[in-house]
Amino acid sequence: MAGGSIRVYVPCDAAALSVGADDVAASIRREADRRKIDVEIIRNGSRGMLWLEPLVEVETGNGRLAYGPVAEGDVASLFDGDFLSGGDHALAHGVTEEIAYFAMQERVTFARCGVIDPLSLADFEAHGGLVGLRKALVMAPTEIVGVVTASGLRGRGGAGFPTGIKWNTALEQPGGEKYICCNADEGDSGTFADRMLMEGDPFSLLEGMAIAARAVGASTGYVYLRSEYPHAIKTMRRAVDVWRKAGLLGENIEGSDTSFDIHIRVGAGAYICGEESAMLESLEGKRGEAKVKPPIPAISGLFGKPTIVNNVLTLATTPFILAKGAAHYKNFGVGRSRGTQPFQLAGDIARGGLVEKAFGVTLRELVEDFGGGARSGKPIRAVQAGGPLGAYIPTRDFDVAMDYEALAKAGAMLGHGGVVVFNDTVDMARQARFAMEFCEIESCGKCTPCRIGSVRGKETIDKIIASENRAENLEVLDDLCDLMTEASLCAMGGLTPMPVQSAVKHFPEDFGG
Amino acid sequence: MAALIDKLEHAPARLICGRHDNRPDALLEILHEAQAAEGWLSDDALRTIADALNISRAEIHGVVSFYHDYKREAPAKLAIKLCRAEACQAVGSEALAAYVEKKWNAPSGGKSADGEIQLEAVYCLGNCALGPSGMIDGELFGRVTPERLDALIEQRIEKMERE
Ligand SMILES: Cc1cc2nc3c(=O)[nH]c(=O)nc-3n(C[C@H](O)[C@H](O)[C@H](O)COP(=O)(O)O)c2cc1C
Ligand code: SF4
Ligand code: FES
Repeated sequence: MAGGSIRVYVPCDAAALSVGADDVAASIRREADRRKIDVEIIRNGSRGMLWLEPLVEVETGNGRLAYGPVAEGDVASLFDGDFLSGGDHALAHGVTEEIAYFAMQERVTFARCGVIDPLSLADFEAHGGLVGLRKALVMAPTEIVGVVTASGLRGRGGAGFPTGIKWNTALEQPGGEKYICCNADEGDSGTFADRMLMEGDPFSLLEGMAIAARAVGASTGYVYLRSEYPHAIKTMRRAVDVWRKAGLLGENIEGSDTSFDIHIRVGAGAYICGEESAMLESLEGKRGEAKVKPPIPAISGLFGKPTIVNNVLTLATTPFILAKGAAHYKNFGVGRSRGTQPFQLAGDIARGGLVEKAFGVTLRELVEDFGGGARSGKPIRAVQAGGPLGAYIPTRDFDVAMDYEALAKAGAMLGHGGVVVFNDTVDMARQARFAMEFCEIESCGKCTPCRIGSVRGKETIDKIIASENRAENLEVLDDLCDLMTEASLCAMGGLTPMPVQSAVKHFPEDFGG
Repeated sequence: MAALIDKLEHAPARLICGRHDNRPDALLEILHEAQAAEGWLSDDALRTIADALNISRAEIHGVVSFYHDYKREAPAKLAIKLCRAEACQAVGSEALAAYVEKKWNAPSGGKSADGEIQLEAVYCLGNCALGPSGMIDGELFGRVTPERLDALIEQRIEKMERE
C-alpha cells in the first residue's frame, strides 16, 4: 500500500443499510480523518452474507478481509485493533472469500455482486463485464439463441420456462418493433436476489437485456421495478445513465447494427403485476389484470408486439453464458435443471442470505449447513419454498433436492428460489389462512375462482380454526382448492391452494386432524 | 366559467403530464410523480391528468383504485410501513404490528386518533433475511424490535416538531 490509500468496502445494499451501513461508513470516515489515515471508502453491493451485515471489508495484500456485523460503536475499536492492516478483532472473519458460507457456493450470476463498485464501468469490465455482449454483437441472432438454448437456462422468475425457446419464438416473428421487458417485480416473500443484483451489479442486467435485444431484434427495453425497492430504482436509473453515456445504449451499439434503449418503470404495489401478462398491462399504463393465454407475449405482448418477458436473474445470467459458452454453464446442475440457482435463505434462520449453488443441493444442506438452523435457536418445523404460492415442507422432507423436477415430484416448487424458515411456534392453520388472505388482497379480480374462492377459503379456514364442523369444513376447503387450481385464469388463484393443501397434508394436527 | 375551469385545472399535474409527452402509457409514472408532490391524489389532479392524457375519468379511477400505492386522501404526517409477509411473520412481524397499533393507537391500514401516525401493511420489502422489516419515508429498517421502532418514531416526531 506504499503511499496509496487503504480501500475499505462498506455495502450500500438496502439490507446492509437497513441495519446501519450508512452510519458505519460515516463513522469510518470520521475516525480515519481524526487519525489522519488515508482511507478510500467504496460502497459495494452485498456479498449476500446478510447476517454479517454491515460487513466491512479491508483490501490487503492477502485479499479482502471481512469484519461484521459492524455497528457504529465498533468502529473505534476496529481502528484501535488496526483492522486496516488486518488486525485481529472479535468481529474478524478472515478472508471474505474463504468464509465457508461463501467458499461453498458457485457464484456465476452473482460473481461480481459485492465485489465491485456497482456503478463503476471500469470495475465491471475489469471483472469480466461486457465480454458476453461484445461476443453477441458480432454473432448472428440465431447463433445467440442457439447458445442460450444449448445452455439449458430456464426462467428464474418462477415458471422455469426454457429461455432459448422463448427467445426463438420472438426471433421468428416478423420484423418491426419488438420489446425486451425485464420482470423486476420480485413480489415473493422470502426473495431478494433481484434486488441484490440490481443494487450490487446493475450493469449485468443491462448487458443481458442488450444481448436479448440483439438476439430477437428488439430496439426498446423496459425494466418493471417494484416501488417497494427505492434503492434498486435509484441504482438502476443511475446505471442506465452511465451505460448511455458510455455509448452502450442508443444507436448502433459499439458500431454494430444493434440499436437499443432501456427505460426504468416503477410498479405501484400490486403482487399480480409480477405475472407477465399483468405486468405488460401495467407497462401500458392500465390496471394490472392478467390476460388469457394464448397469445403468448413472445408473439403478441407489449402494445401487441413480440415481447420477451424475463426475470432479472435470467437476463443477467446470459452474459456469462455468452462469455464462457453454453457447455460451461450446462455443466452445473442436474437432469433438466441446468446451471446455478441463487437461493435466498430467509425467515427464522441464523445465517440468512444469498446462496448461489448448482441445482441439486438439498433443502437440508441449505437450511442446516449454510443457514445454521433457526436464528431463534428453536427447533425448525417447516420451510415455505418458492414464495407465497409455494408449498410448506416439513423437516422430515428436507432431503429433497432443490431442482425443478424433484420439487415438483414432492408437491412443491422452486419459484424464485426463496426458502422461508419457520420454527416450532408456527401455527400452520394460520399460515394456510394467510395464503388465502394474501390471494384475496392481491387478486386482480378478473376471475371468480380466485376473487371469490380466496374469500371463501379464508372463511372456511376460520371455521376450522374455531373448531366448527372440522371434518366437513376440511372437505369444503379441499374442494374449493381443487376448483381454484383447475378453474383460475392465472397462477395466482391457481397456485394459492399449494401452500394451503400442503399445510393441511403435512400438519394435520394444526387443523384438528 | 373561468372560475370553474380554474377549479378543475391542477397546474402541477398538467406540468407532470407534459413532461411525459401526455402519453397514456406513462400513467403510472405520472400518478407516482403527482402523488410524490402532494402525498396523495386529489380529484382535481386526477381530472387534469385524465384531460391531459385524453382518457376517461372512469379509466383513471380504475387504475388508481387497482394499485395499493395510490392514495386518495391526505396521509398522516408519519407513515410507517411494516412488512406482514411470511418471512417476517416467521420472526414476529404480527406481534410487532400489534405492539405498534396499541402503543401509538394506530390501527393497521388507518391513522392514529390525532392523525399523526399511519400504519400500513406491506408484503415484502426484499429484506427477508433481516426481518421484521419496516420502511419509513423510503428508508428501510431491518431486525426491527419494539424498542427500535419506538425510537425511530420518536426521533421523527421530534424532528417534525422542530420544523
Ligand atoms: C402471481 C404471479 C406473480 C409472479 N411474480 C413474478 C415476479 O415477481 N418476478 C418474475 O420474474 N416472475 C414472476 N412471475 C412469473 C412471470 O409470470 C413469468 O413467468 C416470468 O417473469 C418469465 O420470466 P422467466 O422466464 O425469466 O422466469 C409471477 C407469476 C405469477 C402467476
Ligand atoms: S387467478 Fe386471480 S389474479 Fe389470476 S386472473 Fe384470475 S382473478 Fe386475476
Ligand atoms: S417478507 Fe418481510 S421483507 Fe420480505
